[in-house]
Order: sequence, then C-alpha cells, then structure tokens
Amino acid sequence: MIDEIFRAEWGRVVASLVGFCRDVDVAEEAAQEAFALAAQRWGRDGTPAEPRAWLVAVGRNKALDRLRRERRLAEKLQLLPPPTETVMPATAIPDERLELIFLCCHPALAPQARVALTLRAVGGLSTAEIARAFLVPEETMKRRLTRARTKIKAAGIPFAVPGEDLLPARLGTVLSVLYLIFNQGYGDQRVDLAAEAIHLARMLAQLMPGEPEVSALLALMLLHDARRDARTRDGELVLLADQDRSRWNAAQIEEGRALLRGTDGPYAVQAAIAALQTEEPIRWAAVADLYARLGELTGSAVVELNRAVAVAETAGPRAALAIVDAVAPALDGYRYLHSTRAELLRRIGDPDGACRAYRRALELTTTEPERRFLERRIAHL
Amino acid sequence: MRYALLINERPGADDGLDPQERAALTAEYLEIRADPRVLTGERLQPAETATTVRMADEEVLLTDGPFADTKEIFGGYFLVEAPDLDSALELAGRIPALRSGGSVEVRPLVEYAHAP
Repeated sequence: MIDEIFRAEWGRVVASLVGFCRDVDVAEEAAQEAFALAAQRWGRDGTPAEPRAWLVAVGRNKALDRLRRERRLAEKLQLLPPPTETVMPATAIPDERLELIFLCCHPALAPQARVALTLRAVGGLSTAEIARAFLVPEETMKRRLTRARTKIKAAGIPFAVPGEDLLPARLGTVLSVLYLIFNQGYGDQRVDLAAEAIHLARMLAQLMPGEPEVSALLALMLLHDARRDARTRDGELVLLADQDRSRWNAAQIEEGRALLRGTDGPYAVQAAIAALQTEEPIRWAAVADLYARLGELTGSAVVELNRAVAVAETAGPRAALAIVDAVAPALDGYRYLHSTRAELLRRIGDPDGACRAYRRALELTTTEPERRFLERRIAHL
Repeated sequence: MRYALLINERPGADDGLDPQERAALTAEYLEIRADPRVLTGERLQPAETATTVRMADEEVLLTDGPFADTKEIFGGYFLVEAPDLDSALELAGRIPALRSGGSVEVRPLVEYAHAP
C-alpha cells in the first residue's frame, strides 16, 4: 500500500515541497522523512483520507524544521508562507511536477546530472539505486547530485515551465533525458531503468497531452521495451528476424501503436519505425523511407547506417554497402558500423572482408553477449 | 539575483571591421546596456595594454601583457539583476561577441545578508 502511494505520489510531493521552499535538497529530504513517517504511522493508524495532503503537510513541517535548524530562518522566512496548521485538501495542492521536471532537466546542468536528478527528485529512486544503475560508486553519485542541487540554488535555475519561446528547445532536453534513462540498458539488473523511463514518459504525456513528441517518445519506449524478453535467449543476443514473437508484450505493442500520430518529429519517426518492426512481414521499403526522413531531421550518420540495413532488405546488400561506405569515415569508432558492414560483405560473398570487419567490431565491443555473438558470426563464415 | 556576464572574445575577432561595422557593434552593446536588467557594464581596452601583477619571493613582480596566452581573452562584462538564470541567459545570448567565436560566462554573484 505505502509502496504504491510512494510510486504515485513521490514526484508530486517533492514538486510541491520545492515550490514551497525553493530548495531541492531540503524538499527531497523532507519528502523522504514524510514517507518514512507514513510507513510508520499508516500501518498502525490506517491511511489518511487524503494521503497526498498529509504527506505535503508533514513534508512542509519537516522542511521548516530543517530550515530553522540551519539557522537560515531569519533569511528565509520572509520568502516562505506561514506554516500551515491544518491539513490542506488535496485539490488545493497544485500539481507542480512539470516545473520540477523542467528544473531537473535544465540545460545549465550537466547531462549526467540531469539524468540523476530526474531519477531522484521526480522518479523517487534512491541515490544508491541510481549509482548501481550507472555503475558508479554511491559516493560519486551523491557528489553529482549534491553539486547539481547546489548549482540550482546558487545559479537561480527557475522552478517554472519555460515560456513559449524557450519551450520547444527545453522540452527537447527533457525528452533526451528520458530517452537516455531508457537506453541505459546495462548496469545492475535490480534497477529497471527502462520501466522507470516509461513511468516518467507516461507522467509527462499526462501533464503535456498537447505535445505530440511526448506521446511519440512514450510510444517508442513501449514498442522497444515490448521486445525486451525476446531480445536474448539463454543470455545470448537474438536478432530481430530470429526473435520468438510469442515472447513480445502484445498489450504494450498495442498501447504504443495507439499513441502513434504522424511522423513530424524525430521521436514520432522513430516510434513509427519501431511499430513497423513489430509487423509480420516487415515492410522494409517503408522502414527505409522513414529512416531517410529521420536522417533529414537529425543529420545523423547512425541513422544512415540504419537506413542501409533496411535498404539491404529491399534493394540488396550492394546498394546497402554503398550507403555504409559513405558514412564509414564518420563512424569508424562505432562497432555497429563494422558489424553491419561485415554482414553485408558476407551476403555479397566476401567472407574475408566480412571476417576483417567482424574482427574490427569485436575490438570495439564492450559487452560479453555481443562479444560471443560476433565470435559466433565469425565461426559461421 | 545578480549575475555577472563575463565576455570572452576571440583574439582578432574585430580586426578588419570598417568604422561603420564597429559603430554598429558598439550600438548593439549599448542597446544591451540600456536593458533595465543591466546594472552596469564595461568594455576593457585590448589585452596588449594589460600589466599583470604577481608575487614572487615576497616581492611584487610586474609583467607586460595578460596573465596567459589563451584562446579567448576577457574583454568586458555586464552586471545584471535578473529574476532567474533563464532571464540572465537570455541577455547573455544577445551579446555580439558570441557571433565572432567568443563566449559568455554567466556567474551568479555572492549575495551577502543585509543587516536587519
């Protein structure tokens, strides 16, 4: 019970407390104390009628306690409304999660700090969990978070939804933070960052229903994540064509597809591609067209590489190889360039070239399953 | 909050400008200076006019020129009073030095508590 409420209310309670005391550090600590007290009391006395209002009221008092303790009261109190004696009705607590999200994802913070802060303040992950997920010592993550909170306060990063002129760029930063969290697929398996990113994207889609790129990002995550279980078999990587479709999450695919609207923005195009990849048979010509569109939007060489994979399925490996060779100089340090080239060389009947390219990919790979996968491909040449 | 917008210029960025172009540039800086958020702002003389003061063996040592050869040279600043960082960043983004390879560092000032 308390876990569910924690999941549902953490972000709102922290947001409300940041709005109250304008200090992320104080707000997070006060929220934590309020939830700890709830875990203690609610089991004994029952859950209050308005859990959120209870948490915010207790959190405010905890925040005030701390501000007093730190003897900043004289300075700060003028900025604060008087402490509330009675519990406010939940409807009177404005939803300030958007303000909190834009604060945590402000471009004046380092990208790693945005990610960590969003997971902590909005998502409610502990510092230890975030450290595990990003494979860094807890002390390092703690310092990263402290530095970010200090900068927010010292530099006056606003707790506000950006105005119209800034909104498109700032929303882009928020979306990239969520996508970064989603793609942090490695790390400790006890921390499910993909699920966390989907939770955050769902929250954002609810808060900004009029922004097509937000629902597109949610769709993209749902469609990719739906294939998660089929992507490995006994710890080994399984290519899309060989995946057991009965292990795909059909409900999640359906939810993702229902969110698709056009292909105007980069996330919408990527979501549309992910949707096409769940069809049987896959319409590779349509996939190739969408990658071409995505390439126009992003100018990314990696996108060109992906287009080549789709082109190989429609126009053959030679046409694809021409595309790959054109982006090769820009992507020489990218292992998928070499593994893609290797596969295409194999298909046109050049096993020696394929072997050299696979070996180059092998040099660049960082994970064990990939290493074993590439070694199998070389053995099968 | 008060912020310093520290303007770093690419050396030689203004070389080869004709008087008209220089006047237009100055006008742009004056326009920023006239923004109600700007408390003060100054432009420094070229780095060649600098004298650097240091301490060596408890003696004051003077060197001709700026402290070090760097890619960018501090060329001037604005002191602004803005409601938040976004507002200060908006002003900083208008500074012409950015268009010629320079950068602007936005730093909040230390605010000392006033006596009651």
